[in-house]
Amino acid sequence: MSLRVPVDEHDHIQGSPDAKCTLVEYGDYECPHCGHAHPIVKRVQKHFGKKLRFVFRNFPLAEMHPNAEPAAETAEFAGAHGKFWEMHDALFENQEDLGGALYLRLTQQLGLSPQELEEAMEHREFLARVKNDFTGGVRSGVNGTPTFFINGKRHDASFEYEDLIIAIEAAFAQEPGQSRKNKAAG
Amino acid sequence: MILAFYPADWSPVCGDQMALYNEVLSEFHKFGAELLGISVDGVWCHEAFAKERHFHFPLLADFEPKGAVAKAYGAYRADDGYCERALFVIDKNGVIAWSYCSPVAVNPGADGILEALENLPK
Repeated sequence: MSLRVPVDEHDHIQGSPDAKCTLVEYGDYECPHCGHAHPIVKRVQKHFGKKLRFVFRNFPLAEMHPNAEPAAETAEFAGAHGKFWEMHDALFENQEDLGGALYLRLTQQLGLSPQELEEAMEHREFLARVKNDFTGGVRSGVNGTPTFFINGKRHDASFEYEDLIIAIEAAFAQEPGQSRKNKAAG
Repeated sequence: MILAFYPADWSPVCGDQMALYNEVLSEFHKFGAELLGISVDGVWCHEAFAKERHFHFPLLADFEPKGAVAKAYGAYRADDGYCERALFVIDKNGVIAWSYCSPVAVNPGADGILEALENLPK
């Protein structure tokens, strides 16, 4: 099972384009397993440093998690103002309190306009992007959250720290010296 | 039509196959396809399951005689007493155009179904 939508400049990316390994997560801000994975991914990023880049894509299970889609839209709103990762972290760190009041508070804390957020939410300005991530994920074989791809290949084993480290080390071993192709989608 | 046999209602939440299909339903509808979930669980069990998970597609009860439909599709696990995780895409003439039987513990996702729908003659 492999990633059908290549990583490109429209993605939210942490780390260097020259990184030898790309870890893509399809996640849902209301999913407790994604909440569990969040600090693990941070540790994994710290462990590998410049050798790893991390991409987050939205996969909200909206029928099961009523807050998942608005939370994703809030992150995208912040992303449009250059604050995606700050909001992304804050949403996972406040997973128990997801809801309109939290989104407004976090928006303010990040120095963005709560009023603009309200307008964006009212017009569902970022919903298309969120849904686009979701559809791409489905086509790549995302079957639940979180789903990770390591250098484009779905990681079916556990996403505990040690297991991710082993899997990423294996990816380095498989592709010595190769940098990821970084071509635009479509 | 998409016929999705699955072992049992109430499997673990976030990786649940039917919950995923519930989210992908609009994609299936774009191809004019309807989804039917089917397991050996009874009607009342299905009703509670569908209500709790907000499903927007029917669940069929292959309950009495138990597993008769699954057996007809070769999708019954006689030793366990429940269905395989087996997917069928059936075209408008009632012919099975695509099928896939996943290992029972693995959620097969929706990508295979979408590809099969795409490959149906228009």
